[in-house]
Amino acid sequence: MTATLIIARHVLQESVRRRVFVVVLVLTLLFLALFTLATVEAFNAQSPFGGGGSFSPQAITAVTLNGLGVFASLFLATVLAVFLTLGAVRGDAERGLLQPLVVRPLGRREFLLGRFVGAVTVCVAYVVVLYALVVVIVHQAGGLWPDYVIGPGVALAGAVTLLVAMSLLGSVFLSATANGIAMFMLYGAGLVSGLLAAIGAALNAHTVLSIAHDITVALPFEGLYQSALHALGSNQTGLTRVLVNLGPFGASHPNSVGFDIWAVVYLAIVAGGATLGFERRDL
Amino acid sequence: MEAQVEAAVELDHTGKSEPAALRASGLGKRYGSVVALDQVGLSVAPGELVGLVGANGAGKSTLVKIACGLVRPTSGTVTIYGMPAGSREARRQLGYLAELFRFPGWSTASEVLALHQRLAGSTRGASERDELLELVGLGDVAGRRVEGMSKGMQQRLGIAQALVGEPRLLLLDEPTSALDPAGRRAIRTLLLELRERGIAVLLNSHLLGEVERVCDRVVILAGGKVAADGRPEQLTHAGGVEIQTGNGTRRFPSARREDIPKIVSELVAAGVDVYEVTVIRSTLEDAYLEAVDRS
Repeated sequence: MTATLIIARHVLQESVRRRVFVVVLVLTLLFLALFTLATVEAFNAQSPFGGGGSFSPQAITAVTLNGLGVFASLFLATVLAVFLTLGAVRGDAERGLLQPLVVRPLGRREFLLGRFVGAVTVCVAYVVVLYALVVVIVHQAGGLWPDYVIGPGVALAGAVTLLVAMSLLGSVFLSATANGIAMFMLYGAGLVSGLLAAIGAALNAHTVLSIAHDITVALPFEGLYQSALHALGSNQTGLTRVLVNLGPFGASHPNSVGFDIWAVVYLAIVAGGATLGFERRDL
Repeated sequence: MEAQVEAAVELDHTGKSEPAALRASGLGKRYGSVVALDQVGLSVAPGELVGLVGANGAGKSTLVKIACGLVRPTSGTVTIYGMPAGSREARRQLGYLAELFRFPGWSTASEVLALHQRLAGSTRGASERDELLELVGLGDVAGRRVEGMSKGMQQRLGIAQALVGEPRLLLLDEPTSALDPAGRRAIRTLLLELRERGIAVLLNSHLLGEVERVCDRVVILAGGKVAADGRPEQLTHAGGVEIQTGNGTRRFPSARREDIPKIVSELVAAGVDVYEVTVIRSTLEDAYLEAVDRS
């Protein structure tokens, strides 16, 4: 077994033994119960405007609920990602957990990669399963699937992968508490950029759109999240499309291929920065 | 003295030529404006037990951490059996117990060792784990979680962890700091046994009496520099002779061991009853304080 896999296995073992999975499972089941209830109620209380033409209250409800599910999935996965990694380097070094491990004949790069692989395995599995359950619940309640099912799941997995990498990078330079705070503030900033983009699009305000775009480039997990939201209802047209886009989970534009490539490059930059910083760090 | 050290480096206890277990040359480390180590030269021969002593902030832990590859030196070099410190090959040769360390509270003693076995590439499996836990007196708590262990038990687990993979050089940073007297004695016995097996040990400790008792050689660090380096008996010196007589204690501050028969016969001839004769030597603590004062 390579050192990377040994460390990844250690991370998974830690997650199981510290009852992370139990806590996550209980809270997730609670969320899913509430989400199911809300979904059933939402479809029962369909729009008072009725339907017809390019306006489908059923589709608006489905896309919006799926959007809510995507938002909640990413948020919960982010909490998991941050708490699994926020003290991976500096925090563990300060507590004396890291030194006995890194003096063994494994490279610091392998150690960090092991932490990354372990955390990504947990978080990606979590976000994908949660997203799938959300989609199934909405379908069971309203009879509608998202316009694209796989794409949003892949985008969410990508967003969580980026968040894990960012948190690991932060853990090299910041204490666990500072890193946790920084990560949630960055996550919040990403969400704000999404809202700014929605406002900018509604008002046709180019400056606001430009600011939102710049933030998304700096925090590409948000772009992947927006891409997931867009794919949920990308085939909707007319008034349905307009109303979905005006809602809290609307996204008017899909990501370009260039942006997806940028997300991969960004991951490589973050990973490189974390590795370089860790290799140069005195423990 | 330097020549003796070099000879020990070149020849191990079987007389074979072998690179030093640890050799530091011109070693320097700065943390901003603070000089932790300044031109430190030090060597540990294979199978040699060397004590590293010094005040808080003298640079002992920094030196050990550089040898492990945890800290990068500002200048100079450290080699482990001829390989650059911090390299994978060098780390394969050593076991390390940090001054401040912790193992995950959720893991058992056996799991901690199993993880380190995998990382060290040890293939000895359960037999090695059982042997090491037995060696440090934790044989009956192999399945106990670390969070359920006392500080002393965790310290002993740390020593067992350092011995995983049969290292040829042990770097122990305050290994007895959390142990009771019985635990300290057990570690002293263990250190002597390791020396018998040809394992080199660099023992970083504040407990000068302990260092004096077990170490072949003592290096005193003061202000980031080597203030003294030699065998304990070289660093300490004669402090006279003390004789218990029927009239009370008589001291002869300038007398040496060879002078005792003459002094005793003179006292007996003078009608004094002699009950006990003691040669006074300065302790390592005296030598340490002198070296620190000099620096």
